[in-house]
Amino acid sequence: MVGLFARLKDGLSKTRQGLVGKVEELFTGRKRIDAELYEELEDILIQSDVGVDTAMDLVEAVRAQVKAQKIDDPAMLTDVLKEQIAAMLGSETEPLNLQEGSLTVIMVVGVNGVGKTTTIGKLAHQLKAQGKRVLLAAGDTFRAAAIDQLEIWGSRVGVEVIKQQEGTDPAAVAYDAVQAAKSRKVDVLIVDTAGRLHNKANLMEELRKITRVIGRELAGAPHEVLLVLDATTGQNALSQAKLFSEVAGVTGIALTKLDGTARGGVIIGIMHELSVPVKLIGIGEGLEDLREFAAGDFAAALFESR
Amino acid sequence: MAMFEGLSDKLQATFKKLRGKGKLSEADVNEAMREVRMALLQADVNIKVVKDFVNKVKERAIGEEILRSLTPGQQVIKIVHEEMIALMGGTQSKINMASKPPTVILLVGLQGAGKTTHAAKLANLLRKQQSKRPLMVACDIYRPAAIKQLQVLGDQLNIPVFDMGNKQNPVDIAKAAIEHANSHGNDLVIIDTAGRLHINEELMGELRQIKERVRPQEILLVVDAMTGQDAVNVAESFNRELGLDGVVLTKLDGDTRGGAAISVKAVTGCPIKFVGVGEKLDAIEPFHPDRLASRILGMGDVLSLIEKAQENFDLEKAKEMERKIRKQELTLEDFLEQLQQLKSMGPLSSLMDMIPGIGGNKQLKNMELDEKHFARVEAIIKSMTPEERRNPVIIKDSRKKRISKGSGTSIPEVSRLIKQFEETKKMMKQLTGNSNLMKKMKKKKGAGLRLPF
Ligand SMILES: Nc1nc2c(ncn2[C@@H]2O[C@H](COP(=O)(O)OP(=O)(O)OP(=O)(O)O)[C@@H](O)[C@H]2O)c(=O)[nH]1
Ligand SMILES: [Mg+2]
Repeated sequence: MVGLFARLKDGLSKTRQGLVGKVEELFTGRKRIDAELYEELEDILIQSDVGVDTAMDLVEAVRAQVKAQKIDDPAMLTDVLKEQIAAMLGSETEPLNLQEGSLTVIMVVGVNGVGKTTTIGKLAHQLKAQGKRVLLAAGDTFRAAAIDQLEIWGSRVGVEVIKQQEGTDPAAVAYDAVQAAKSRKVDVLIVDTAGRLHNKANLMEELRKITRVIGRELAGAPHEVLLVLDATTGQNALSQAKLFSEVAGVTGIALTKLDGTARGGVIIGIMHELSVPVKLIGIGEGLEDLREFAAGDFAAALFESR
Repeated sequence: MAMFEGLSDKLQATFKKLRGKGKLSEADVNEAMREVRMALLQADVNIKVVKDFVNKVKERAIGEEILRSLTPGQQVIKIVHEEMIALMGGTQSKINMASKPPTVILLVGLQGAGKTTHAAKLANLLRKQQSKRPLMVACDIYRPAAIKQLQVLGDQLNIPVFDMGNKQNPVDIAKAAIEHANSHGNDLVIIDTAGRLHINEELMGELRQIKERVRPQEILLVVDAMTGQDAVNVAESFNRELGLDGVVLTKLDGDTRGGAAISVKAVTGCPIKFVGVGEKLDAIEPFHPDRLASRILGMGDVLSLIEKAQENFDLEKAKEMERKIRKQELTLEDFLEQLQQLKSMGPLSSLMDMIPGIGGNKQLKNMELDEKHFARVEAIIKSMTPEERRNPVIIKDSRKKRISKGSGTSIPEVSRLIKQFEETKKMMKQLTGNSNLMKKMKKKKGAGLRLPF
């Protein structure tokens, strides 16, 4: 467990270095809380991909606290900002919606290249380690070698993959997979889907159909629709979250590539504007590089001094 | 038109209260610049780049043009648009070809940017455009099934793929690929590499080694158009480590504004050479700075707007217009309507050139076609009574005086407009008589029906 925590800290350190480093520098390097300081704070937040609106809201919230609590020492602003961000993120951990004693279907969706297949590999590994029987469905029948990619993850993790030929209707693969999952009595079925841009009506319709077929074959399924978002993405992530939610009923977000220098501030923006919780974060390309997202911890980790 | 939401509308609103003020103060311009800043940030242009850019635009705006303009909102947009195009550079979708083949292109970038797909798209494009005989090279030995992905694409396009499995060092693979190309008559080698983080020293070192060993003519950074503020860090690192020659901007068929393009260009100075606009293997286009500028500003893509206008083209109305033109029944009312339609479509200069039968017409081109002029014309017509619009001959001195006052223009300007209108009416008649203009216009579906005033 200690090892895991160290990895998480390691993965998050880039984020922390970026955002927190700057915020602390700003707060400790100043004598007075003035308009200029607020402006710089806003800039730093925007640079973290928080988004202009959310950045302004956050600064407003900090300003209000400063006034209410009669704060005049800039050094105290770190805590104030931390509190405000935590408030926006919500401090509860949102675990995956896993059914006790019956089949759980998790569908994984998102735009091209965000890390869906990799996240599925990591998640399968994690669930298997918890003693669950896991089955994967190769629902990306479009992208070249997408099926092979999932199969390689399947054999790495040691779980089976339900697949058909490239070009098959993905809803048919999903149908097969649910049947197989039922008859093999697995605990969790994870369905991969092809990357698609959320503004393409026909591809979104296809996703709607996959969701519908899964629901028809198993009442209440899919229990979890995970939208994978790339932390490097800017404000477009909001549009992705909105449209995928509309079509596929997204229940949670997996935020990947937090091991880069992208700050992950997009989380704050998304949670602030949409009610979809972030459930998982990806911090690398290895099997172990997936973490449960804990809003409170995340905010705290962001502001932990180094 | 819904596409014109965004900056254009906001600026219009900002300036509305200033109308009739005659002059814009620095404070007014500052207010407009706040909107510009917002629009750029919402489009994911990096904040530092935005700051420099806004300062530049502000200087220009306060300096001159805007003060004399009747529609400062439009004027600001024009300046912003122009400066953005200047910043992004021209259309430069040329690939440097080696004097002694093969030409080697190395594709690099973050995970999931679209390198593999664009290796195939580029190979396909250059084969078609320049009759190249490409070889694609699978140097992504890390991501599961990455080699297979390139092979499948190669099969689809019937383009050979060189690979050595995933147990060999990518540097050796690249080197061996060049030898293979030499002995198999491939004059173009496109190397696909694994996606990597710009802060991964080991993997960045690998790219440096590949560069040293194969000396590529082009190192292209593949960037996802949806990238946020971090684009500057990524581009800066790749450029520092490798010395980039160009950028490929992918997934532009999404609904992202694509501000990352400006950031990348600003920090690397490299031209954006191509854009990816779909998953199909022919969905690659040369980069058009003007289109992206409009998009970043939330003005829609001017060109797709025009297409849209063409789609919405109302044949009945066009016929009516044609009849009116032929019979010289055209009124200033029609004129105004056309003017307003034109205005709603964005920058005029770019529009005019595309209107069939007008782009090449000297006589028409010599007429003043700038937006400033349009605004004044509009103001003048709006100050006329309906009767005056229908029958401009009744406009004598006292009416002219009233109209010029109402529109904030001068009597000579009003006279000139009326005269021009009569002349244009005649000219339109000639054109329709002589040159089948209407037929040509119809072929181009409607764009031509904007009157050339
Ligand atoms: N650094 C880093 N890379 C990641 C992470 N998650 C995924 N990747 C990489 O991102 C790239 C794309 O991942 P995929 O899993 O193929 O993405 P996808 O969404 O399935 O892609 P498509 O199916 O092509 O739409 C791969 O190179 C992954 O190794 C992460 O958390 N960190
Ligand atoms: Mg995939």
